[in-house]
Amino acid sequence: MLLEVEHVSHQFGGLWALRDVSLQVPEGALVAIIGPNGAGKTTLFNCIAGALRPTRGQIRFAGRRIDGLPPYKIARLGLTRTFQLTRPFHSLSVYENVLVGTLARFHSKSRAEAKAKEILQFVGLADRAQRLASQLTTADRKRLELARALATQPKLLLLDEVMSGLTPTETGSLERLVRTIRDTGVTIVLIEHVMRVVMGLAEQAFVLHHGQLIAAGPPQEIVRNRTVLEAYLGEELHLADGRAD
Amino acid sequence: MHKTRTDQQVLGTQKIPTSSIQRYIRFTLPILIGITALSVPPLFLRGYLLDVVILIVFWSFLGSAWNLLSGLAGQFSFGHAAFFGIGAYTSTVLLVRYGINPWVGMLFGAGLAALAGSLLGFLCWRYGVRGPYFALTTFAFAEVLRLFTNNWTFTNRSLGLQVPLIGGNSLLAFQFELDKRPYYWIIVAFLLMALGTTIFIERSRTGYFLRAIRDDEDAAAALGIPIMRYKIVAMAVSAALTAMGGTFYAQYMFYIDPTIVFGAHVSVDILMRPLVGGVGTPLGPVIGGILLTPLGEVARALVRTPPEFLPFADFIRGRSGLDGLLLGIILIIVILKVPQGVIGWCEYRWRQR
Amino acid sequence: MKRLSFRTWRQWIAVGSALLSTVILVLWFSEELGTWWATQNLVLRQSIVTGLLMGGVYGLAALGLTLIFGVLGIINFAHGTIISMGMYLTFVLFSTYDIDPYLSLAIVAPTLFFVGILMYRLLLRQTMTGPAHNQLLVTLGLALIIENILLLVFRADPRTVRPSYSSSGFFLGDTYISLPRLLAFLFALLLGVMLYTFLRTTQTGRAIRAAAQDRIGAQLVGIPVSRIEALTLGIGTAAGGAAGTLIMPFFTVTPTTGATFNITAFVIVVLGGMGNVAGAVLGGLIVGLVEALGAVFLPGSTKQIGVFLLFILLLLFRPSGLFGRGHYA
Repeated sequence: MLLEVEHVSHQFGGLWALRDVSLQVPEGALVAIIGPNGAGKTTLFNCIAGALRPTRGQIRFAGRRIDGLPPYKIARLGLTRTFQLTRPFHSLSVYENVLVGTLARFHSKSRAEAKAKEILQFVGLADRAQRLASQLTTADRKRLELARALATQPKLLLLDEVMSGLTPTETGSLERLVRTIRDTGVTIVLIEHVMRVVMGLAEQAFVLHHGQLIAAGPPQEIVRNRTVLEAYLGEELHLADGRAD
Repeated sequence: MHKTRTDQQVLGTQKIPTSSIQRYIRFTLPILIGITALSVPPLFLRGYLLDVVILIVFWSFLGSAWNLLSGLAGQFSFGHAAFFGIGAYTSTVLLVRYGINPWVGMLFGAGLAALAGSLLGFLCWRYGVRGPYFALTTFAFAEVLRLFTNNWTFTNRSLGLQVPLIGGNSLLAFQFELDKRPYYWIIVAFLLMALGTTIFIERSRTGYFLRAIRDDEDAAAALGIPIMRYKIVAMAVSAALTAMGGTFYAQYMFYIDPTIVFGAHVSVDILMRPLVGGVGTPLGPVIGGILLTPLGEVARALVRTPPEFLPFADFIRGRSGLDGLLLGIILIIVILKVPQGVIGWCEYRWRQR
Repeated sequence: MKRLSFRTWRQWIAVGSALLSTVILVLWFSEELGTWWATQNLVLRQSIVTGLLMGGVYGLAALGLTLIFGVLGIINFAHGTIISMGMYLTFVLFSTYDIDPYLSLAIVAPTLFFVGILMYRLLLRQTMTGPAHNQLLVTLGLALIIENILLLVFRADPRTVRPSYSSSGFFLGDTYISLPRLLAFLFALLLGVMLYTFLRTTQTGRAIRAAAQDRIGAQLVGIPVSRIEALTLGIGTAAGGAAGTLIMPFFTVTPTTGATFNITAFVIVVLGGMGNVAGAVLGGLIVGLVEALGAVFLPGSTKQIGVFLLFILLLLFRPSGLFGRGHYA
C-alpha cells in the first residue's frame, strides 16, 4: 500500500469535517474520492498533503508517517498535489512554472531545464512554453498544473477536481493525459465531481458524505449503492432499475 | 477576506508575454553597462550637485536592497529603517566607544542586521503573520528600535552620536571631509554590488523559488520548496545591504540619532524609489531614485526660497512639508494608476506596439 | 465567522466588571493601609485613574479604526492623521471663532465624516479588489499628504485649546480627576455606546455587518455595498476626529501627533480583536492603563516600547485579540 489513511478525523472549531476515515491506495492504482459538496473531500486532501494536521488519526505514505509534516516535506517524499482552483505562478512563463518544479527536484540546473522541456512536451504545452502563465486558457492551466506537479517526479499525485470547468472535449483529452501519467507508474488519487470521468478512469471509488466514508469499491458498483444515491440525492429513492445517470 | 487579485494590479509585475529571463538578458545587461558609464560624468560635479547625485545613488542602493525582500520575494516591508539604523548605530557605536574602524563596524552591522531580520522574519512567518500584517510588524519593529536607542545610555539616548572628524580624507577611516568624491565612488560601488546581487539571485535557482513564493506561497510549498528557508535568505541579504547603507550614511553625515536613522520616514523613503520605478525589477529602484530624489531636493529648495512670481510665495517661504506632500501625492498616483512602476509600464507599452 | 451572540455580551460584562472591581478593590484596599503606602499608592491610583480616563478616548479612536478594518478590510494608516485633523479643526474653531471644543464636536464629526466619504470615493474604492499592500500604501500616501499639509499650514509649533475649565477638576478621595479628561472619557463612552447600538439595532447597522461578513452575498441581497463601505469609512473617520476633539483641552497638537495615536490605535485594534467594536473600547481602557502604569515605572519614552512589543507579540501569538475577532473579520 502506497498511501494509508487510518482513522483520520478532523475538526474545524466545533465542526467535524472528517470522521474516522480510513482508506488504502495500492501502488500504481488510479482511485477517486467522490461525494456531494461539503463532504470533506478537500479537507481529506489537505490532511494528506500536509496543509492541515488531522485532529486524529494517522496517514502513511510508503510506510512512513506523514501526518503533521509540512507540505514541502511531503512533496519531497514524492506525494504532490494540485489545486482545485489552478494556482500558476502568474509572473512566470509556462516553461518557468515547470522549471520551478524541476529545480526543486534536481540539483543540476541543466538536468532541471531538460526535464522541464520534456514534461512540457509530454503534457502538450511545448508550443506555448514562452507564454505567461496567467494568459492561458482554463484547459491549458489544468495541463500546467499537472505539468508542474509532474516536475517533482511524484510517486503519488493528488488531483483536486482537475476536470472542473472544462468542455467535454477538453475533459476527454485531459482524461487521456491522466491515464498516460498513470501508465508511467504514478499512483493517482482524484477528487472528482464529473461522474463520467470517475467511471472512465477510476478503478476504485471512495465515497465521502458528511465527513464519513460511506462506500468503497469499483465505480460500477458504487453508483448502484443505495446509501450513495441517497447521499447525493438527499432523499429516499425508488428506482426503477437501480442505475444512476 | 473579500479581495481578489487581478492580474493587472499585482504589485510590480505586469503582463509580459515573454519570459522574464529573456527580457533581462535583452535589457538589463546593456543598461548595467550604461549605468557604469553614466556614473563617470558626475565625478566632475562639485558641492551641492555632487551631494544630490550621491543621494540619488544612495537611495537607489537602499531601494535595491529593499527590493530583494519586498519585490523579488514579495514580502512587503514597511520597516527597513530598522536595518538601516542597526547598521548606522553598530558601526558608529563601535567607532565612538571602542575605536573600531568603520569598515569593520559596517561588517558587524550588516551581520547584526541580517540576524535581526532573520529572527523577525522567522517569528512572523512561523506564526502566520503575512502580507499587510507582516508589513505592520516590520514597522513596529523599527519603532521599537527607535524608542530603544532613544532611551539607552549606551547609544547616547536622544542626543545621538557624532562621528569623530579626523580632518581630511581617508579611505581607511571612511571619511572624506575635504573632497566628497570618494563617497560617490563608494556608493556607486555599493549600488553595483546590490544590482549585481539582485540580478545574480534572480537568474539562479533561488531567484526562481523566490518569485514562485511571491506569486503563490502555498503552491510553491506544494512543489517541495522549503519556503521559510528562502524567505529568510532574502531577508538576511536585504537587511545586510540596508545596514551597509546605514554605515555609509553615518560616515557621510557625521551625525546620527534615533529618529534620523530609525524613523518611519526612512522606511517610506526606502520603499518609494522601487515602488515608483518598478517593484521587483532590478532597475526599478534606480529609475525611481533618479526621478524622486531630485524632485525632493527641488521641493525643499522651493520652500526655502520660493520664486517671487508664485502667488503663495510669501506663504510657503520657510515652511517645510512640501517634499513630503509631493511624496504622498506621487505614492498615491503610482499605486492607483501605475502600480507596476515606470519600468513595468514601459514594458507594457513596448509589448503593445 | 463568529456571530454576535450572548457570549460576547457576557464577555464584555465579565471583563468590564473584572476591571472595575480591580480598580475598586485597589482604591478600597489602599484606604486601609499606612501613610507611606498610601502615598506610594496615591501615585499608582492617580495613574490608574488617568490611564482609564485616557483609555476611554483611545477606545473611541480605535473604534473607528476597527470598524474600518472589520467592514472594509483596510488597515487605515491614515487614521492617526485623521485624529490630527480633528484636533486642528477644533483648534481653529476655538482660536478663531471661540467655539467651545465640546460644542465643536457637532462640526468636527460631520466634517470628518465627509472627509471619510471622500477618501473612500476618490482613493480607496479602487483598491478594494487588489492586493492588500495597495490599500496600506494608499493610506500611507494619504497620511503623508495630510500630515504635510498640516505642517505647511500650521507649522510645527504645538497648538493648544484651553477653555476656562481646562484646569478644573475635583478630588475623589485623594485622587485628582481632571474635568476635561473626565468629560472626554464620558463623551467617548457615550459615542461608543451609540455607535454600538447603531450597529446592532438599526437597519443600516445590520447592512454594514452584512457587508462585512460577505461582500458579494450582501450585494446579491441588494445591499449597496459601495455606499455601505463609504458610510463605514465616514463613521470611522468621524469617530477618529471626535476623539481628537475630545482630547484637545488637555493635549497639544503638532503635525506628527496623529502618528503617535496611530500605533496605539493599531495595538488596541489587535488587542480587542480586529473588527470587534466592544473589544476596541475595552482594549482602549487596557492600553490606557498599561501606558499610565508604564509611565510610573519606566523612564522616558520607554513606556511606548511596551505598547509596540505588545503589538508584535499579539500579532504573532494571538492575532484574534483578547476577545476574538468581531463578527466581521
